[in-house]
Amino acid sequence: MTTTTTRIERHHYDVVVIGAGGAGLRAAIEARLAGKKTAIISKSLFGKAHTVMAEGGAAAAMGNVNSRDSWQVHFRDTMRGGKFLNNFRMAELHAKESPQRIWELETYGALFDRTKDGKISQRNFGGHEYPRLAHVGDRTGLELIRTLQQKIVSLQQEDKREHGSYDARIKVFSETTITELLLDGDRIAGAFGYYRESGEFVLFEAPAVVLATGGVGRSYKVTSNSWEYTGDGHALALRAGATLINMEFLQFHPTGMVWPPSVKGILVTESVRGDGGILKNSEGKRFMFDYVPDVFRKQYAETPEEADRWYDDPDNNRRPPELLPRDEVARAINSEVKAGRGTPAGGVYLDIASRLPADEIRRRLPSMHHQFKGLADVDITKEPMEVGPTCHYVMGGVEVDPDSGAAYGSVRGLFAAGEVSGGMHGSNRLGGNSLSDLLVFGKRAGGHAATYVDQLTGRPRVAVTAVETAVETALAPLQRDTGENPYTLQQDLQAVMGDLVGIIRREAELEDALARLAELRERVAKVSAAGGRRYNPGWHLALDLRNMLVVSECTAKAALERRESRGGHTREDFPTMDPQWRRVNLVCSLVGDAVRLERKPLPKMRSELIGLFDRAELAKYLTDEELTEFDALVAADAAAAATDADAEKENR
Amino acid sequence: MGTKRQFRIWRGDADGGDLQDYTVEVNEGEVVLDVIHRLQATDAPDLACRWNCKAGKCGSCSMEINGMPKLGCMTRMSTFEENETITVTPLRTFPIIRDLVTDVSFNYEKARETPAFAPPPDLAPGDYRMQQVDVERSQEFRKCIECFLCQNVCHVIRDHDENKQAFSGPRYFIRAAELDMHPLDTRTDRKDYAQTEQGLGFCNITKCCTEVCPEHIKITDNGIIPMKERVVDRRYDPLVWLGSKIFRRGQVPQTSVTSGHSPGAVRSSAAGGGVHSHAGGSHDAQAEVQAQQGVNWHREVPHPTAPAVDASGKLPLTELTFDRAAAPSPFGDDVTFPLPPEHLNFAHPDQDKPNH
Repeated sequence: MTTTTTRIERHHYDVVVIGAGGAGLRAAIEARLAGKKTAIISKSLFGKAHTVMAEGGAAAAMGNVNSRDSWQVHFRDTMRGGKFLNNFRMAELHAKESPQRIWELETYGALFDRTKDGKISQRNFGGHEYPRLAHVGDRTGLELIRTLQQKIVSLQQEDKREHGSYDARIKVFSETTITELLLDGDRIAGAFGYYRESGEFVLFEAPAVVLATGGVGRSYKVTSNSWEYTGDGHALALRAGATLINMEFLQFHPTGMVWPPSVKGILVTESVRGDGGILKNSEGKRFMFDYVPDVFRKQYAETPEEADRWYDDPDNNRRPPELLPRDEVARAINSEVKAGRGTPAGGVYLDIASRLPADEIRRRLPSMHHQFKGLADVDITKEPMEVGPTCHYVMGGVEVDPDSGAAYGSVRGLFAAGEVSGGMHGSNRLGGNSLSDLLVFGKRAGGHAATYVDQLTGRPRVAVTAVETAVETALAPLQRDTGENPYTLQQDLQAVMGDLVGIIRREAELEDALARLAELRERVAKVSAAGGRRYNPGWHLALDLRNMLVVSECTAKAALERRESRGGHTREDFPTMDPQWRRVNLVCSLVGDAVRLERKPLPKMRSELIGLFDRAELAKYLTDEELTEFDALVAADAAAAATDADAEKENR
Repeated sequence: MGTKRQFRIWRGDADGGDLQDYTVEVNEGEVVLDVIHRLQATDAPDLACRWNCKAGKCGSCSMEINGMPKLGCMTRMSTFEENETITVTPLRTFPIIRDLVTDVSFNYEKARETPAFAPPPDLAPGDYRMQQVDVERSQEFRKCIECFLCQNVCHVIRDHDENKQAFSGPRYFIRAAELDMHPLDTRTDRKDYAQTEQGLGFCNITKCCTEVCPEHIKITDNGIIPMKERVVDRRYDPLVWLGSKIFRRGQVPQTSVTSGHSPGAVRSSAAGGGVHSHAGGSHDAQAEVQAQQGVNWHREVPHPTAPAVDASGKLPLTELTFDRAAAPSPFGDDVTFPLPPEHLNFAHPDQDKPNH
């Protein structure tokens, strides 16, 4: 009945990309280059996506600054950072392909900072053994998104010349939200949503959908994420029959602003530490030396003197502990504050002023200087910054085939790339790996979505009833006037997640969180939004809430299940890493509207890849059984090498 | 812990609307966007406003605060007086959608018209070599967060919808400048494009765009003016070339756009650059101020300038070689008639008694 009273705009595309950040735009470029008619759906205006917030750079082993760098070293760093829970194949592809993806950006017009010999400059970053991050000052994300945006414009100009219309083969639907994926059996048939501007509904009929919707940070109060990060892609995938993995792993970036209160959570780039910034507690102590865990002891300096020499002579000195992976630094800051050695606003000091000349700070960290001056009235060339952990990134996401980005589970024609996909980063993401992740897997997902469309024999069809249901669900909050205000519900959800499913987790609190989320689910089902359909932010939030809620349930459930501490998941009651748990991924799926959790074994690393690691290092992560296997592998390799040598001798 | 502050916010849509009064709690360290969010969560859940990063990086929350185009997330409440009423209105240059949200599609249309980066055809990815000093010029313009405040404040289109067709605005002048200065861009017609397609000539360098840029990009000085200069260079280049063929070395006539200066003339376009003139006519700011004060017999009037003649005492220009039909205006090509009355050095003895 609703379809008779509601106007629905219809479009036909080959590939619909949901999300217009780095991954989405890269996927769309690839699909269009493969000749597919492509739509890009963006919740914001074109070019405003959260990717602009990425500051530090894009990690790629180009070896421009230190020629010892290679994909193998990058792969090793990524696995180490993720505490060996990463999908090894994704980490491998990422390490191998990111240099090409960065170089490709230059052909689109990107202007990275340069080395003296004119190549792309690379900077140090937490967890990366060599300077590896291609960067543009501290606004690399902006450069990336602008470059991809302008590449899309250039493709549209080609289409205009050829077909007479900019939108002939690739069109951007800005300020458009997708609320539902529509299926034909187990195949994707389309996507349903609304224009934020007018509130009018729109239906995209398409056999392939690429999710590139980013993360879930808006479920937390202290977050560096924008309003768009409501876990839409995660929830759409679940409802379409796909699965999510690693949802218990959330990265809390160690350095978010803590003052003034209104900007609490906004990011202070890791480059501050990469360029010499140090962390001090309220007693003026450089405390990170006390927090180097055993697994990293070998790579990090033990004295401030050695650490300070490293900036100029990284080959002969070990790294400062301020550059430990993010989870370690976040936990260290948390401990200092809890021990009463925090700043008045509840953080610690990040000091660059006493470490670099003012001009150098302004040159290397222009947007940080700008941000602190503008938002906190603090001059970072004169005073230290106050920083503390902030919710930054979700490692978990749609479980995908590593090579194609196709979602696992029961659905076909659904792809995912970027933050919304899971596995690549394991239990903790290294800084700089997300920008290269976007490019590598964005391209792959776009390309494979195009291939999938090619091999289809018939087009899946959208069922009329499914569209009617989607319309009813979307209009429901506007038609109720007895329910609660969506903003209140969002605040309550943020309180539950921040207080009970935060950096440090406990069993009783997680159970409590699940009970409260169940209550919230009832309240969210009855939410009502005042006003009409034209650009009504209250209505938009009311529709986003159910996505935030289901994703939060996944996180809480998985966090309760995983009885160990690893990367972005810290259990006070199980404070150590457990090698048995390293072999397990927790997989979430939806049964009816309830979240189901299953254990699934991690894929086993190929022998030439595991051979890249020291036995001593592997011993910290692997079970005895796995180590025995590794020893056998090494022995077999040695024997094979000996036989080869013998054979060579005989041949002579 | 907060204090109550007075806000007036424009509410309405394409059919009209008005300023509505709100009293909101404001806490220490907050910015205008925080206050808008508090209003959404309390009194006005459907108050429409764009935002995204809340850290001055995405350029979504552009609005006019007390009449000044600004980013809501970067305008601290502490910059206002306790008892000051803060008026928030949508960007005026673009059509209203609802409340503080405007239709900025004009900008995206202009972006699509600007020719894209043209990479060198034979250079493989990974082989690009550029020096830092060379990329920095374009990097300044690539800092642009596309908040469109410069487009909003530009008077060529601010109250002149009719100019939007022919004028791309400061954002796209610096895009053209960025590509023009890109060390490896292979197109050579960026300047001509700016002049002929983007309407660079409409810009009369009032620097409003530079003033409002939250990224502090020197849009006018580093982008528009160099583009204009190069446009002038190029437009007159053939003449210089032709002149050098006709005249002997050392006798090449002066071919700058403005007529030659004489020593006594008041020329203060550099010194008085802060005065905005949207009225056209003389670009002599000091003289304008004087003119507006009534008759000033001591006003230093520019001396008439002699034409730039060659050794034979003739103007070097013919219609054949000049870039427009007919001879150049003896008053200068940048002066149009009738002159605006306030620029005349005359006051009616009975009507315009100067105030002393």
